[in-house]
Amino acid sequence: MALSSMELRDRLKTFSKCVCDGARLMVGQGDYEAYAAHIRRTHTDQEPMSEREFYRNRENARFGVGNRNGFRCC
Amino acid sequence: MSAIQKHGPWALVGALGAAALAIVATSRGESINALWIVVAAVCVYLISYRYYSLYISEKVMRLDPARETPAHRHNDGLDYVPTNKTVLFGHHFAAIAGAGPLVGPVLAAQMGYLPGMLWILAGVVLAGAVQDFMILFISMRRDGRSLGELIRAELGVIPGVIALFGTFMIMVILLAVLAMIVVKALAESPWGTFTVAATIPIAILMGLYARFVRPGKIGEVSILGFILLMAAIIGGGQINEHPVWGPAFTFTGTQLTWMLIGYGFIASILPVWLLLAPRDYLSTFLKIGTIIGLALGIVVVAPHLQMPAMTKFVDGTGPVWAGSLFPFLFITIACGAVSGFHALISSGTTPKLLDNEMDTRFIGYGGMLMESFVAIMALVAASVIDPGIYFTMNSPGALLGTSAETAAAAVTNLGFPITPEVITQTAKDVGEHSIISRTGGAPTLAVGMAHIISSAIGGKTMMAFWYHFAILFEALFILTAVDAGTRAGRFMLQDLLGLISPTFKDTTAWAPSILATALCVSAWGYFLYQGVTDPLGGIYTLWPLFGISNQMLAAVALTLATVVIFKMKRERYAFVTIIPTVWLLICTLNAGWQKIFSADPKIGFLSHADRFSAAIAEGKVLGPAKNMVDMHKIVFNDRIDAALAVMFVGLVVAIAAFGIMACVKAYRAERWTALESGGPTAVPAE
Repeated sequence: MALSSMELRDRLKTFSKCVCDGARLMVGQGDYEAYAAHIRRTHTDQEPMSEREFYRNRENARFGVGNRNGFRCC
Repeated sequence: MSAIQKHGPWALVGALGAAALAIVATSRGESINALWIVVAAVCVYLISYRYYSLYISEKVMRLDPARETPAHRHNDGLDYVPTNKTVLFGHHFAAIAGAGPLVGPVLAAQMGYLPGMLWILAGVVLAGAVQDFMILFISMRRDGRSLGELIRAELGVIPGVIALFGTFMIMVILLAVLAMIVVKALAESPWGTFTVAATIPIAILMGLYARFVRPGKIGEVSILGFILLMAAIIGGGQINEHPVWGPAFTFTGTQLTWMLIGYGFIASILPVWLLLAPRDYLSTFLKIGTIIGLALGIVVVAPHLQMPAMTKFVDGTGPVWAGSLFPFLFITIACGAVSGFHALISSGTTPKLLDNEMDTRFIGYGGMLMESFVAIMALVAASVIDPGIYFTMNSPGALLGTSAETAAAAVTNLGFPITPEVITQTAKDVGEHSIISRTGGAPTLAVGMAHIISSAIGGKTMMAFWYHFAILFEALFILTAVDAGTRAGRFMLQDLLGLISPTFKDTTAWAPSILATALCVSAWGYFLYQGVTDPLGGIYTLWPLFGISNQMLAAVALTLATVVIFKMKRERYAFVTIIPTVWLLICTLNAGWQKIFSADPKIGFLSHADRFSAAIAEGKVLGPAKNMVDMHKIVFNDRIDAALAVMFVGLVVAIAAFGIMACVKAYRAERWTALESGGPTAVPAE
């Protein structure tokens, strides 16, 4: 089955998004777009955090005060 | 689909795996290609994943694709987010992969590659992957709660506290052992020390950039950091040759120990964005990249194994670590086959991100298979180097002496002929002053990796670069673990002290935080110092303790899994967790007992202490101690280590007893008694 160049480009795009999301999640940074979309959809009265706030929030959730699961494996 | 169509291809995979295993297991005297080991391992993984993990998911767990996962039920876009299966696999794997699966197999290679390989494969299929999979499942069905909370809920409050305390002590030993690996790799090595020290300013630079210049641009800042890291490795080569800076970056093990203790304290009270987070990016990406690179290297280079399939040291007389094949091989390999620490990860962030119940199989069972593959690669890397070099690097200095001549004579005497010229040349090739008694596993792995990767890229001239690249890669994620572990240990300690005095619980107040951090650092610092100054090389004493503690945590996690299976009234399938639990209990209790009571002073802490205290009473100084102060120190350390082993044994026996009581109670109950959240409210008994 031959892929048109359009389809190929779409697939490459999906693939690279997957790799980037994967790499970010490896260091505890979730998907900001998904977060913002979720807040807009379910909490219509709230503004989502800015991208910068989201980044800091996730950083703290991974390493910050009170996190007992912050340690890496052996 | 007919049965042949369905199972035919898998039968071929099975046949290929069996053939590869037969080649590996029956070759005697001639060296075999490392690819046979890789092929055998991959086939075992495929078959076990296709059949055994499916069996567990259908019979034991009854995974339900229609049931809501915590990520959907509590979706907040932050901690609970339905996540793509492949992306989550990467997250989970990056969290479980560390130094353990790299170091354990290197040490295990003293018995030859075959025993280690067989346990890595059998252990992962029947124990390690089952544990990770089961705990992920249990945590997912309970809103992603942590191992400690799960034990408290399913087994009771007292087992919960015991497990919390045990986890803390295990972490102390882990941090000490990890830090010791770094100290051993950097001692007397200006190149390595400079490179690793350079990661601190590099990380701070990255932290400032990601905080103030371009917040959240992780890719950008990581590429910047990576370029600086490579520059630091090249710069380390210059430092090594430099008449002034070379000696300035040359430190003894003891000096490095104090630096590391100071580092651990300061780094764990700094804001996370400044040092910890940016270095975490570097170490995580470098780790994944190096693992992929090593896999490609092994496939492209297809090196021959030089280590024999089995050495005479299976009887327990080996110089790298003491004890016979059973039970000590199973303790030594630790993480590559089964690792209790994964139970903490599987009940951490991963269960909160699962999109669908069915994904647990790929992520829990599959992720651990991948980790086991890393262990296989480490075993290959340790086995492709000349066994003479292997034993020169891993035997204690007390045996080898300090010159190439004495070391060559000692190793040749062990039955692995080597000349002083080869030892000197290898040290020169990798850009180090000496490779004699560079214990801890990391330098050996680095030599093996440099051997493989330089055969593919750069040849011999690049060997020193790849060696220091490998050292840097390990030191980087170990330092991240030390930093993050000290923080987590501090919070755990505050929880524990909070049971006595509630003022300790406040993790934002200064005084309790500093106090808890200092306690945590001195706890692991004590064992680190003890290990580094240990004349037998530290690893010899501490690695078995670490192995025992890690495998015991696995036994605790598997006990929890067994209890949950009984509470679900599916005890007829409980053998899935009972078999590995019993095996781990046999190994760890046997090993723990021997470490405490063995009459052989090489193995038993107490008999070692007795031997030295008897000598003290006679006013004699026994080697390797140099004076009476050393003598008293050895006796004291032995007794501390014995007490620790007693504690681990007591802990696991207590949890096992609570587990059996809980199973009996669940068995007698007429209905399902597991405490799941979500899903159907009343689950019928069978």
